[in-house]
Amino acid sequence: MRELKIFDKAVNVKRLLICLYVFLAGLLAADFFIHKHGHFSWENASEFYAAYGFLCYLVLIALAKVLRRFIKRPEDYYD
Amino acid sequence: MISGLPPALLFLAGAALVPLLPQRFKQAFMLALPLFALYLLYNTPLGTYWSFSFLDYQIVLMKLDRLSRVFAYIFLIISVIGFLFALKVEDDLQHSAALIYAGGALGVTLCGDWFSLYVYWEFMAVASTFLILARRTPAARAAALRYILVHLFGGLLLFAGIMLLLAGGGPIAIGALKLDSAASWLIFLGIALNAAIPPLHPWLKDAYPEATPTGAVFLSAFTTKSAVYLMCRTFAGAEVLIWVGAIMTIFPIFYAVLENDIRRVLSYSLMNQVGYMMCGIGIGTTLAINGTVSHAFCHILYKALLFMAAGSVITMTGRSRCTDLGGLYKTMPLTAVFCMVGSASISAFPLFSGFVSKSMIVSAAGLQHLTTIWFMLQFASVGVIDHAGIKVPYFTFFGHDSGIRASDPPWNMTWAMGIAAVFCLGIGIFPQPLYNILPFAVDYAPYTGAHVVGQLQLLLFGALAFVLLIYSGYYPAEIRAINLDFDWFYRKGGRAFYRLVDWGLNSINAASDRWLVNGATGAVNRFARQAPAVMSKLVLVPVWWMFKVRGWPLEQRKRALERGFARGALPVGVGALAAAVMLIVLYLLA
Repeated sequence: MRELKIFDKAVNVKRLLICLYVFLAGLLAADFFIHKHGHFSWENASEFYAAYGFLCYLVLIALAKVLRRFIKRPEDYYD
Repeated sequence: MISGLPPALLFLAGAALVPLLPQRFKQAFMLALPLFALYLLYNTPLGTYWSFSFLDYQIVLMKLDRLSRVFAYIFLIISVIGFLFALKVEDDLQHSAALIYAGGALGVTLCGDWFSLYVYWEFMAVASTFLILARRTPAARAAALRYILVHLFGGLLLFAGIMLLLAGGGPIAIGALKLDSAASWLIFLGIALNAAIPPLHPWLKDAYPEATPTGAVFLSAFTTKSAVYLMCRTFAGAEVLIWVGAIMTIFPIFYAVLENDIRRVLSYSLMNQVGYMMCGIGIGTTLAINGTVSHAFCHILYKALLFMAAGSVITMTGRSRCTDLGGLYKTMPLTAVFCMVGSASISAFPLFSGFVSKSMIVSAAGLQHLTTIWFMLQFASVGVIDHAGIKVPYFTFFGHDSGIRASDPPWNMTWAMGIAAVFCLGIGIFPQPLYNILPFAVDYAPYTGAHVVGQLQLLLFGALAFVLLIYSGYYPAEIRAINLDFDWFYRKGGRAFYRLVDWGLNSINAASDRWLVNGATGAVNRFARQAPAVMSKLVLVPVWWMFKVRGWPLEQRKRALERGFARGALPVGVGALAAAVMLIVLYLLA
């Protein structure tokens, strides 16, 4: 069977991440050149969506980790 | 005339035929049937067909309007894709069950009266159970049992609601209802259970991951989305749904982050997506309803695609837990690519289908200035990119190398995924054909600079957070564990209830045995036997005392009296005396 090994090389993973960072920088820059027409005032603030997306993700993971302490059970819990 | 033929009847007849056909012909038949139904539906003008009177009620088996038509289209499209995916499964039980199940969903969508709806509703519940049972594992059997019990309960709620509605003089025709009576609340709860609205949701995440790899594809499409259709039809604009929907988008994403089984992650993600639809139905404006319907259409395709990718992985590797998987892209590149198309679609990346549909619901919330709801929906969007956009493909196909070297699945499964992926991209790039078949005229442009950049920022800065968290080791590790959810109440609670009832009722039983059967009955019996003797003694002993009969002679007389009563051999005088005493006692007591 033919095997792909593209991500076995660390340099390829690094390249992919650099692509992501460059694209993100592009998005931050693009924010200044678009015509905004949001339903809410904060939608028109600079880089609102970037900040909200990043923050939400961190909050989500932090809360999920707290939640795990309360709801985690062994796999045979119901058996 | 044949153009108005209800596809449900076609599917039900097909289900009866399937076991009789030879294997080769059966495969062609299962593909041809939904395609033929699709062709018929396309050539059927809007209107009412197959309507007749029954016991003073007007039964309508086919009522085609703009709302029911778009749902019927997508149910038929996903039937074609689903049966292509399941083509090589050699199990007539699954094929027949899937046909009845799809037929039930089409019936619910296209019928015009509550009676037919209820019958189709139960067809769906029973047939879908067999798609879980057909996995033939102990876990699947147990999950199927819980699944059918919950759905029978939901069906009863719906049935009670319909009966109350009709008894109160309500119409038999399905139409808009207001949440102002017991009847409409019962109907609402019946639909809500099938839509998996919390806390009526855990059947979904309990049962879908236990279904067969191909059965889960059908399950992901029909039950919840036919409930979305019916909710749209009956409770559009019901404000309670705005909040219920928004909570439903957020609540499951935390579970999806923590869950280990990929199909369970997808199940939670399914609820999250249906949450957007419920919210849209609650908002109830034309934009929101259009958004809801188009989102249901897109969702069925990308969710089926994700379940097909997961099903392919299970078929080829026999595993479904993130902890057991990883690095599969090396030998399953096509499945990995199709999975990522599904992930991009559900995450609503521009050029993918979720982008052109979900944004209508979020915009509708914005237009109504529902500030909190808007923030909740955007938060949930970030949650989607985490679990469905990144987690499922990352931990399955990339991440740590599990060492598994399984190949892509057989051609029919690959093609089914490919077709669904083409739909996801096609709708994302050219949304107009979908917009044209929505219930209301569409005045909405998804591709504006602000929207595209805003959405990409929201999603990709979320992705950036993922990169930082995974490299810092703070991202919650995949662990072999389960997470408690509301099904605890009927799984553990059910057992506790059983024990309580077992202990309670059996204690009462034992006490009854001891006190009533052996105690009281014996006492009554003894009393009936001995009362005359005792009473006679009560009278005679003082008399004998007066005549100075004491000690041994007194004891002898007492025994003689007892023996006499026991044998019924008494001097007439004593018997008469006892009777007289009895009469006096009765007289005094009366």
